[in-house]
Amino acid sequence: MCLGIPGEIVEILSDRPDLAKVDVSGVRRAINIGLLEGEPLAPGDWVLIHVGFALSKIDEAEARSALDFLESIGQAYEDEIAALRDSVIEQG
Amino acid sequence: MRFVDEYRDAGMARALAARIAGLCEPGRAYKFMEVCGGHTHTIYKHGLEDYLPEGISLVHGPGCPVCVIPMGRVDDAIAIAAQPGVIMATFGDMMRVPGGNGSFLDAMARGADVRMVYSPLDALKIARDNPDKRVVFLAIGFETTAPSTAMTIMRAASEGIANFSVFCNHVTIIPAIKAILDSPGLRLDGFIGPGHVSTVIGCRPYEFIPGEYGKPIVVAGFEPLDVLQAVHRNLLQLAEGRAEVENEYGRVVPWNGNPKALAVINEVMELRPHFEWRGLGFISDSALCLRERYAEFDAERIFQVPGARVADPKACQCGEVLKGVLKPWECKVFGTACTPETPIGTCMVSSEGACAAYYNFGRFSRDRVKEATRT
Ligand code: SF4
Repeated sequence: MCLGIPGEIVEILSDRPDLAKVDVSGVRRAINIGLLEGEPLAPGDWVLIHVGFALSKIDEAEARSALDFLESIGQAYEDEIAALRDSVIEQG
Repeated sequence: MRFVDEYRDAGMARALAARIAGLCEPGRAYKFMEVCGGHTHTIYKHGLEDYLPEGISLVHGPGCPVCVIPMGRVDDAIAIAAQPGVIMATFGDMMRVPGGNGSFLDAMARGADVRMVYSPLDALKIARDNPDKRVVFLAIGFETTAPSTAMTIMRAASEGIANFSVFCNHVTIIPAIKAILDSPGLRLDGFIGPGHVSTVIGCRPYEFIPGEYGKPIVVAGFEPLDVLQAVHRNLLQLAEGRAEVENEYGRVVPWNGNPKALAVINEVMELRPHFEWRGLGFISDSALCLRERYAEFDAERIFQVPGARVADPKACQCGEVLKGVLKPWECKVFGTACTPETPIGTCMVSSEGACAAYYNFGRFSRDRVKEATRT
């Protein structure tokens, strides 16, 4: 849970500016971007996500290397993705 | 060396390892603590320790949020979950953590409604969907997860969701590092600083480590190269007689952290005077609880909790592992009575726990462990 998961922003929800739709290893979810206030975010940007909240904006190279790392750790990451997929965070 | 074959930046890692070896004074033993469980994971996954010169040992620190929760708090959480009309929501990692009276899995077998969630927002959604139930989120974690809990509580307040509360077990990393620096019997040469906690708190809070204790700390990412880089920079500081906070993970960690995240923590939470850490004992100002103004969301004020201090099982040596005094396989029950399926201690539960990291990676298979423990 301390490991952030990189996600690519697909859409900022116009009616809920604190939410964004992201793609995490092929899973699309709404996440909360309220902790990145003041950081302009747009589709195509990458963020590190912790328990449903984006905590930092990262560049694509960092996102790729973080994903490589997460995929290398195996089960723990799969569990995290499975949990993310089941997550019911307010969807727009 | 598995690691070299499997890792895509093997060439760079090899070069770095050579430079590390070149910086070691002959005959000197170096100990660096990796504070964060994510680093522990990387180190065992890639067998980094074998790869470093013999004089360097990496010592695991207390940075695994599940591991440091004391038995008594697990019992308190289970006591809340057992009350009528309660749904307890928590991260999957907590499900198997043993308390004095079993784990959540045992509580569920006795009829408690415990749900695994990915985010505190999922717990809030459960509360919204079940207005006739009292939904309690068991919050754990360092400063990486505390802002999410705080935001969720603020949201519950603004929506007026009255059947939602939080059993807050958030801890803060700095007092734990201080406690380790002050604990006798562990001589450390430097630190590999936690990556993701630092995205929130930044690098400044570590300044006391060089300032008061004269030791270097290098905040690092989670790839094998990051960890090697951190060891390298620690050694370089020692060789040059410097002690500073360095940020190897600048591509993610801003020097000043995430001000918004810090502001929401501060809005909703305040420091507890004392909190018990498994293995480290009571540490002052080391954990967070809800402020008075959010009292109506505070499970500790809503529910009667036993609040009893429960001693760890005799066989459990997690305390020593969390302080870096023992290596996981040196614990007498490691891999025999204590496994991820039947954990005795917390360090075997979470994937960020040192014992689980040792156990899970093939190179520390049971046979290897037996071999290691025999010698
Ligand atoms: S082997 Fe089990 S009891 Fe021993 S230190 Fe590790 S988790 Fe704790």
